[in-house]
Amino acid sequence: MAFGPYLLLATLEGLVTSAVLALMALGLSLVFGVMRVVNVAHGEFYMLGAVLAWWFASLVSGHPAIGFLLALFASPLIVAAVAFLAERLVLRRLDYEPEATIVATIGLLYIIQQFALTFYGPEARPVEAPFDARIALPWFGYSAYKLAVIVVSVALMLATWLFLTRTRAGLIMRATQSDREMAQAFGIPVDRVYAGVFALGAGLAALAAVLIVPIRQAHYLMGLDPLLLSFIVVIIGGLGSLRGTVVAAILIGLSDGIISMFFSPTLAKMLATFLVALVLVFRPQGLFGAASR
Amino acid sequence: MTAALTLRQVDCFYGDVQVLHAFSFDLREGEVHCLLGRNGAGKTTTLKTIMGLVPAHAGSIMKGETDLTRLAAHAIPRTGIAYVPQGRQLFTDLTVAENLEIGLMARGKGSATRERVLEFLPALKDRLRQRSGTLSGGEQQMLAIARALCLEPDVLLLDEPTEGLMPSMIARIQDSVAALRNQGVSTVLVEQRVNAVLSVADRVSFMENGRNRETVDVERLRGDPALVRRYVGVG
Repeated sequence: MAFGPYLLLATLEGLVTSAVLALMALGLSLVFGVMRVVNVAHGEFYMLGAVLAWWFASLVSGHPAIGFLLALFASPLIVAAVAFLAERLVLRRLDYEPEATIVATIGLLYIIQQFALTFYGPEARPVEAPFDARIALPWFGYSAYKLAVIVVSVALMLATWLFLTRTRAGLIMRATQSDREMAQAFGIPVDRVYAGVFALGAGLAALAAVLIVPIRQAHYLMGLDPLLLSFIVVIIGGLGSLRGTVVAAILIGLSDGIISMFFSPTLAKMLATFLVALVLVFRPQGLFGAASR
Repeated sequence: MTAALTLRQVDCFYGDVQVLHAFSFDLREGEVHCLLGRNGAGKTTTLKTIMGLVPAHAGSIMKGETDLTRLAAHAIPRTGIAYVPQGRQLFTDLTVAENLEIGLMARGKGSATRERVLEFLPALKDRLRQRSGTLSGGEQQMLAIARALCLEPDVLLLDEPTEGLMPSMIARIQDSVAALRNQGVSTVLVEQRVNAVLSVADRVSFMENGRNRETVDVERLRGDPALVRRYVGVG
């Protein structure tokens, strides 16, 4: 087989990874940008989204699209509710103190993970894709569902961007991100905004998981790798920068797909980590982050 | 004269350090009341305590029948108090229009208020879509005042509004403060420049080590430069 088909396949696989990674990292970046909380449990919200997607899909008999659509709506809502509760019960009581919230979200990570192990089990379980079609490309046929994942992810990111830039709630979130003290001085209930942002961030992770679970299966340890990649993405893109997050996700996802195809997945991870080190040394605020706040 | 704002025996701490010691003062309706004192006297802390951004550990801050110390910080602007902080603290990633929108939302004001504010500070009209962080220092100060005026406040807290501005802009800010007084807005003004105080203030409270040492009419200040030298060290 010639070089072209491999490159096309690697690029498509990379774009699927990029799309899902961007959604998940967007949630992590939002939470850090607005709340200044490094959410180590973000990967577990992703995992919980996938596990719930399996549960919802298995509840419904008939066409797989019904169960999948149910999961696509219900799973992010439940995960967002769990995150909302965690914010009210834990983070708020710590007054969002940066070091304390890192420790608290590590605790949350283990609680959610062990909860999933206890009630879901150690098996990896598949969720059937809502449709099973292949699109003919010049050299091979490619999963229409994977292409749909890219399209839906882009649409969801666009919706998030429109929400942040065109709505009153988005304006309040951006004002809180810009200056928490002044937000309070202008009547914004900052702690309620934080609860909403934490729930939104977790909901985005869960959405990413529902989209990916027909491709990669649900497993109680599936949150760890995407968490690492999400941190890589938000550090490279600039913590709190949505544009940076999307650009970095495309960069990391594509390089992961292409390098994994032609060399090895380990080399792809090594290069991503090396890129993080370079960014931290030469541009610590990230490619699109503000130099100081 | 009735008081627009009354602070009684207010104590305030940063950690273990007490910054305000039984601080008391009255802001009369429609007056410009200046807080003067050396750096670290507690002037900015007083304004932040009124806004609930720094908690009062003792005492009361009354606006009419409402004790502001019992309200959450985000509820205080709804009582009609607006704050222009030292260093402006604009939402620098937001546009000028969005900064004004945040001010309008604080008390549910609409486009009519926005138009009035832009008539009052017309320099901002051409900058509405510009990111506020890219404005000049003077324009940023105008925006900080405009954002506060979007609340249609009856009490305005101004913390060193002329700091770092060129003389022409200082004159415009002073004119604005005087015009607001004519509209009946009661203003607490923290200011280091004695000339600015003399030109706009009605009364002056001298702060030292978190205490209100003395409150005088501005006429008395004009006739007694030694007062300023005693509390501020210049004059």
